[in-house]
Amino acid sequence: MPDGQALRRRAEEALKRKGAFGRDYDLDEFEPGSSEGDTYETLEDITPEQKQTMMNVGVLPSAEERSGSLVYVDNAVVHQSSADQGMELLPTLDAMERYDWLSDYSWRAVPVDKDKYTARAYLEGANGYFIRVKAGRKVEFPVQTCMMIDTEKRTQHTHNIIIVEEGASLDIITGCATSSHANESLHLGMSEIYVLDGGSLSFSMIHNWGEKTGVRPRTGVELGKEASFVNNYVIMKPAGSVQSYPTCQLNGEGAAAKFNSIAISHPGSEIDLGSQVIMNAPHSAAEILSRSITLGGEMIARGRLVGNAPDIRAHLECRSLIMSEEGRTLAIPELEAMYPDVEMTHEAAVGKIAREQVEYLMARGLDEDEAVGMIVRGFLEGSIRGLPESLRQEIDDAVSMANLGN
Amino acid sequence: MLRIEDLHVEVDGREVLSGVDLEVPAGHTCVLFGPNGSGKSTLLHTIMGFGQYEVTKGRILFLGRDVTHLPIHERARMGMGIMLQRPPNIVGLRLNDLVVAAGDGHLDTEETAKALNMDRFLERDINVGFSGGEIKRSELLQLSMQEPCFFLLDEPESGVDMESIDLVGRKIHSMLYDKKGCGWEKGDRSKSALVITHTGKVLDYIDADCAYVIRGGRIMCSGRPRDILRDIQERGYGECIKCRMVKL
Ligand SMILES: Nc1ncnc2c1ncn2[C@@H]1O[C@H](COP(=O)(O)OP(=O)(O)O)[C@@H](O)[C@H]1O
Ligand SMILES: [Mg+2]
Repeated sequence: MPDGQALRRRAEEALKRKGAFGRDYDLDEFEPGSSEGDTYETLEDITPEQKQTMMNVGVLPSAEERSGSLVYVDNAVVHQSSADQGMELLPTLDAMERYDWLSDYSWRAVPVDKDKYTARAYLEGANGYFIRVKAGRKVEFPVQTCMMIDTEKRTQHTHNIIIVEEGASLDIITGCATSSHANESLHLGMSEIYVLDGGSLSFSMIHNWGEKTGVRPRTGVELGKEASFVNNYVIMKPAGSVQSYPTCQLNGEGAAAKFNSIAISHPGSEIDLGSQVIMNAPHSAAEILSRSITLGGEMIARGRLVGNAPDIRAHLECRSLIMSEEGRTLAIPELEAMYPDVEMTHEAAVGKIAREQVEYLMARGLDEDEAVGMIVRGFLEGSIRGLPESLRQEIDDAVSMANLGN
Repeated sequence: MLRIEDLHVEVDGREVLSGVDLEVPAGHTCVLFGPNGSGKSTLLHTIMGFGQYEVTKGRILFLGRDVTHLPIHERARMGMGIMLQRPPNIVGLRLNDLVVAAGDGHLDTEETAKALNMDRFLERDINVGFSGGEIKRSELLQLSMQEPCFFLLDEPESGVDMESIDLVGRKIHSMLYDKKGCGWEKGDRSKSALVITHTGKVLDYIDADCAYVIRGGRIMCSGRPRDILRDIQERGYGECIKCRMVKL
């Protein structure tokens, strides 16, 4: 592992490096958000306004049926609690102090010098959450985390590390949001995810950013033998510019990864979502499903599957609906195979809702708005099996609110 | 129930119906015969109000009201229900969701589906990968829940294997002749239907009162269903023009 000095040097050299995709932000225009904040014993004690912001992204103040909670406001951990003996949930900086071995994982799946955003997060000494599920432990309820920006013109940087050890399993629900005090801020969320042999992790994210918020998450995932990972990314509300492109390495035989993203791009939003899965081990499998709608904003759906090993299976599917004369949609599916023994497929479709479908439903007595709503809801969530209830709710609410029939 | 007067319809700028006159009295089941491409489906779709079909002349009266330009769902809510010959696939939308939305909540979805041997399909995406017979049963399931008073059935027997044809036929019979009143006429014959049939097979299951023959976008004749079917079988559609005109 590189020592601290080497990492720092690499990060410093990357400070001007633009991201591979998405509009460029001048980081000098943003002050780092405060890393000091009041801490709360229970989530119920958080201010009513913050509570509302959290609830809007599926984070429950009651923490009922949650195995743990961590809330991060600007750059401070304001609450953490864990109710599962087989799991640790700590601020990342505390965990780094506690465990020397953590340096083997830190900044490995996400390189510090990937671009200026990773570099900035590293150089600011980003805190975040560390979650470790001990070998064999099946955590019953999901862990919930919330990343909230509460101050205008600031950067939020987080460094999250998740380790699911051998044979363990965990569900995480993360809500990311800006409060009413922040809009033109920048979220730089670094997440490194390690699922060891036989482990399984489901990671679901709901977003509610401001109309001018910049969002540059950087996520790296490594999977061991027979490990499985499901990533659900839902963004239904207006946002400034979101650009996300996690990289997942399937390093162990039989590993499986699935990336689902469900997005609406409202007028003025730039949503650029993608993921890539690199299959380095035989018998590994990957699936990328993307469902998106533009209501007048820009929508880019990327997906890349790389087969570096024999006997792998991979499927990529990008479907996008255009529901406005404005806006732009771009689907970029890529498949790359290094072996003949691979089964890799992709489908991409961009278009309007078929009039025939709407009329079919109207003939059953639904009015036009109801018919369009039903088709859109089906389009967004129907083909993705096993979405957590809070994500389904988020999609249903967005579809009702967007008044898509007009 | 339904009266159509001098109906002219264009599809993609081409006239497909050229002056159709037709009536389905309340409580009656009428069948519509006609060769392929004669405009049978076009007529049914126009009655339902589908957007592709542009009425350039004439009108459609339903329950005494001029519905020629009424939106589809309002016709449906007035009690009109259609069984399509080739309904669209809807990826992502489960059959169950549409079936529930089509009903008003008093019928049990699961039970209704079981009776049609469709309970296994409730969680499937609508019509995606359905066989010919499954599509018919899915249409009938939706109609059963919708409970219309006026049925538009487009070739209910076509593409159905011999096993399902009996199920489909009986289901249509029970929908048309169940004792549930429709509000405007008491008694057990309160529902009405216009049924397209190419083969006449469906006549074994319904008590049809009247028949029309359409050809080249016009009604060529009308009469008793069995007589007309015999004429068509014996002499083909070409001769039909001379067939018996019976006062309905
Ligand atoms: N959607 C359509 N687009 C173009 N032509 C159509 C369409 N629907 C029907 N037609 C034409 O109208 C005529 C009547 O078709 P249709 O009503 O489907 O006949 P039938 O049901 O009697 O077989 C045919 O010539 C057919 O090609
Ligand atoms: Mg037809």
